[in-house]
Amino acid sequence: MNNLLAVVFDGVVYSSWLFLMAAGLTLIYGVMRILNIAHGSLYALGGYTAATLAGAWLAAGQAAIGSYAMLVAAALLVGLVMGPLLERGLLRWMYGRDEVVLLLVTYAAFLILEDAIKLIWGVESMLLPDPYSLPGNFHIGTLAYPVYNLLLIAMAILVGLALAWALYRTRQGKLLLAVIHDREISAAMGIDVNRVYLVTFTVGSMLAALGGALTAPMIAVSPGIGVEVIVLSFAVVVVGGLGSLGGAAIGALMVGIVRSAAVHYWPEAELFTIYLVMAMVLIARPKGLFSAPEARKI
Amino acid sequence: MMFRIGTAVFPFLFCALASLGAWAQQPLKIGVVTFLSGPAAGPFGVPARNGFELVAEMLNAGRAPAPYATKGFGGNPIELVVIDEAGGPQKQVAELRNLAQRVDYVVGYISSGDCLAVAPVAEELKKLTVLFDCGTPRIFEDAAYKYVFRTGPHGTMDNTAAALYALERHPNVRSIAGINQNYAWGQDSWADFEAAMKALKPGIEVRTSQMTKLFAGQFGAEISTLLASGADLIHSSFWGGDLEGLVLQGAPRGLFQKHIIVLSAGEPGINRLGSRIPDGTIIGARGPFGPFAPDTEFNRWFRSAFLERYNVPPNYASYKAANALFGLKSAYEKAQKAGAANPNQDQIIAAFENLSFDGVGGTVKMSLGKGHQATMENAIGTAKTVGGELRMVDVKRYAPERINPPEGMKSEAWIKSGFRK
Amino acid sequence: MSRDRTLPALAIACALLLGAAALAPQWLVFLLALALAKGLVVLGLVLLMRTGLVSFGQGLYFGLGAYAAALLSHRAGLADAALMIVAGTVCAAALAAILGLLLARYREIFFAMLSLAFSMILYGALVRSSALGSTDGFNLHAKVFAGIALSAGLERRVFFAVSVVAMLCVGWLLHRYLASHWGRLSTAIRDNELRVEYLGASVYRVVYVNYVAAGALAGMGGAFAALAVGHVDPETAYWTTSGEFVFIAILGGTGNVLAPFLSAAIFEGLRTVANQYAPNVWQMSLGLAMLAIIMFLPGGLWTLLRRRGAA
Repeated sequence: MNNLLAVVFDGVVYSSWLFLMAAGLTLIYGVMRILNIAHGSLYALGGYTAATLAGAWLAAGQAAIGSYAMLVAAALLVGLVMGPLLERGLLRWMYGRDEVVLLLVTYAAFLILEDAIKLIWGVESMLLPDPYSLPGNFHIGTLAYPVYNLLLIAMAILVGLALAWALYRTRQGKLLLAVIHDREISAAMGIDVNRVYLVTFTVGSMLAALGGALTAPMIAVSPGIGVEVIVLSFAVVVVGGLGSLGGAAIGALMVGIVRSAAVHYWPEAELFTIYLVMAMVLIARPKGLFSAPEARKI
Repeated sequence: MMFRIGTAVFPFLFCALASLGAWAQQPLKIGVVTFLSGPAAGPFGVPARNGFELVAEMLNAGRAPAPYATKGFGGNPIELVVIDEAGGPQKQVAELRNLAQRVDYVVGYISSGDCLAVAPVAEELKKLTVLFDCGTPRIFEDAAYKYVFRTGPHGTMDNTAAALYALERHPNVRSIAGINQNYAWGQDSWADFEAAMKALKPGIEVRTSQMTKLFAGQFGAEISTLLASGADLIHSSFWGGDLEGLVLQGAPRGLFQKHIIVLSAGEPGINRLGSRIPDGTIIGARGPFGPFAPDTEFNRWFRSAFLERYNVPPNYASYKAANALFGLKSAYEKAQKAGAANPNQDQIIAAFENLSFDGVGGTVKMSLGKGHQATMENAIGTAKTVGGELRMVDVKRYAPERINPPEGMKSEAWIKSGFRK
Repeated sequence: MSRDRTLPALAIACALLLGAAALAPQWLVFLLALALAKGLVVLGLVLLMRTGLVSFGQGLYFGLGAYAAALLSHRAGLADAALMIVAGTVCAAALAAILGLLLARYREIFFAMLSLAFSMILYGALVRSSALGSTDGFNLHAKVFAGIALSAGLERRVFFAVSVVAMLCVGWLLHRYLASHWGRLSTAIRDNELRVEYLGASVYRVVYVNYVAAGALAGMGGAFAALAVGHVDPETAYWTTSGEFVFIAILGGTGNVLAPFLSAAIFEGLRTVANQYAPNVWQMSLGLAMLAIIMFLPGGLWTLLRRRGAA
């Protein structure tokens, strides 16, 4: 019984991490129809900035609790800077082009940012373990788990709820949903689509950076951490249905728990699990789990 | 008038030419291939590059201790051309073809995949290539090369020595588990360690073998599984970010207290993690490098020069880089002593085969792979934090013959046979 | 109507490259051989793109073709390059024939992601297999072509020459195909699939055939690449390799069958130059070059040539 609980808990932790990444990506795709490969770089930037800010905070002898605020602050900073920079500075010139071209533009941006990160922070890894070990452990049966994992889960739920509220309850959110549903008609109705794009991309970037910032205390922030995140988030987003927040959450949960089960019971299969899940979902539901039915235009 | 000017100018010209003659040889160009980007750059690529650059500089200035006091290689200055090893074996094959035209010798390669791919190409191009770090024993066990040498011992001895040490220090170990990266290095390391443990203590149980995605960085579920497995000893060949993640995530959860952890290639983590590595962790350095290097004058010189220049102590990648250059220099100068003032490749190769030279960390003997593959002793130790600093205590050294397969025998078969001579 | 200059252009390119095969230095032969191999894969991609589909999983067939070719010498002891090329193409085509049945139903991003999923499954299988060397891969040796033994040092040139001939044949075939009824249906499907169905043609069949053709081409490219490099490893099936093919496809544009080969050559050249002159920032250099090309040459590099010709 305890083992099962451990599997589920591990799965939920991983899912929370996946959800933070996937939420931003699905939002950006839903609104702008761009598969943002630079999402991985934003994740890495979030991690590096968090390590720098929180590291400086703690080195200056400030209260440890403030380091958590620093993590979130780092994510906000990266989002507010990189979002408009990428969207206004780069993507705006490419709207109207083929989807694949936009994807390649984000890929080029990813390459540039990877080296930019290397130039700014060097190749050595950065460690920020204090926020992770500070809250201590709790136990499931005999297994010790860091309380930080609970923080991660709480953060993911909070972000999910906040996004859902913002999308479905506020006026701005409904405008965004309208643009997701049909860009042309929204523009015809007078919605400032360009501004919606800017806001969406910025929020998406903030979410990616938040994923990176919250992960920073667990890992060694080093070059290349952004690369694997890209395929993982894409897979979750596709499984859940593009543009669907709920889909991203369910997709993340599915992938997380299946993966956790694989690790516990059949470790060799771990490498395949995410692709198998994706393949099976797509075979069963070709457009992902929660895709809106689209009217076909003749 | 002209004659006067001529006589005035001529002595200067003569002096100029004469001084040129003293250093007249064109610099020997050495292509260096190492990771400058990506996750391997931090723990290995850049420390190796630093080792190469430091040694090249010292040699050119004649500031290396005996027996390497001659400037450059036998009087010829050496010049390094550094390129990035990132991009995968296909790309590296392309790069080698380009590099080979611009340089006299090639030194480098950390990744086993790259080594395996470039060795036949170096042979085809007839370019003397010195591999310095990659671990796979397959290079000289699956094929024979004339132009390819490896001055670093291969990966088999990492895990045979680790197994010997683990059982010597903890003879009551009855079950083991592993967490390794799911690629050739991790798979081979675990296979070697598992086979070695089973050969040394038949009946030992394997509880679980976690194979994580390379650079996954997060090991929540894996650590839970290891904790639940109840194994006495856990082996890991993790490096870089994965190693750091394992320590950062595992230590607070008690992984290191409840189990004996063996980090077969963990030495570069010492500089990065320091006292975060819990006491009792068994660590290997892939040879007598870093904290395991014997306290000789040669080692002290290398360590202090490196520390002064780069503000961090040299790790095993830096040591192996230095040894590659010292080995090549030794072969070059040995060929010179045999009569050739400017030895060509064939003469250097003849001198290099079966060579035995002083490396940093110990003697390097090119005793396997028909004289092309180096062996060295290995050293394994236990971590203990003393006065806030991590030290390696209880260090045990293993002679090369004990932990390396004999000539002509494949590593895998040798381990399974119980280390038969 | 402007005359179709493709066949003369192909012939000239072929002649030039055959000359290079005989006379050019080794490193150039290697660069061109790799570019040509990748160009074949990208040609298949271009065919798919003309049908409105972008595949992020051509690495599956590229890797399969490479391994099939390499395994012939590794396991079966057959070191005949001609057999290897055929094996690579046939194996890839066979797998494409099976997977295509499923994939031909998908469009857009789902097609891309599903194809990516399959290529990553192959990658995972290759990594798990220690018999195949896992991520280290293994080397292949080919000394014979179609029964004719080749002297050492000559093999690479001969294989390159063969790939040039392949480029000629395949390029010409595909050019005719694209101009034919089937090819025009493909572009029609890209423009408006529903109308094509209503007009009575089978969209599924066209997409399926195109998919199998693209798979076969990628397998052929994989075999040629394996022969050129002499080494195979699972990275050939990784998603970044597939992404590289997509990039080369966009770089060249879908205008003509020669475009993939041209852009593959330029891409290889760009990467080599970036690595040589900016080894510390080669990723950034590549990214900037890509952006420049995307921004200033929206139709791909081929439009450079087209503009001059049309004027």
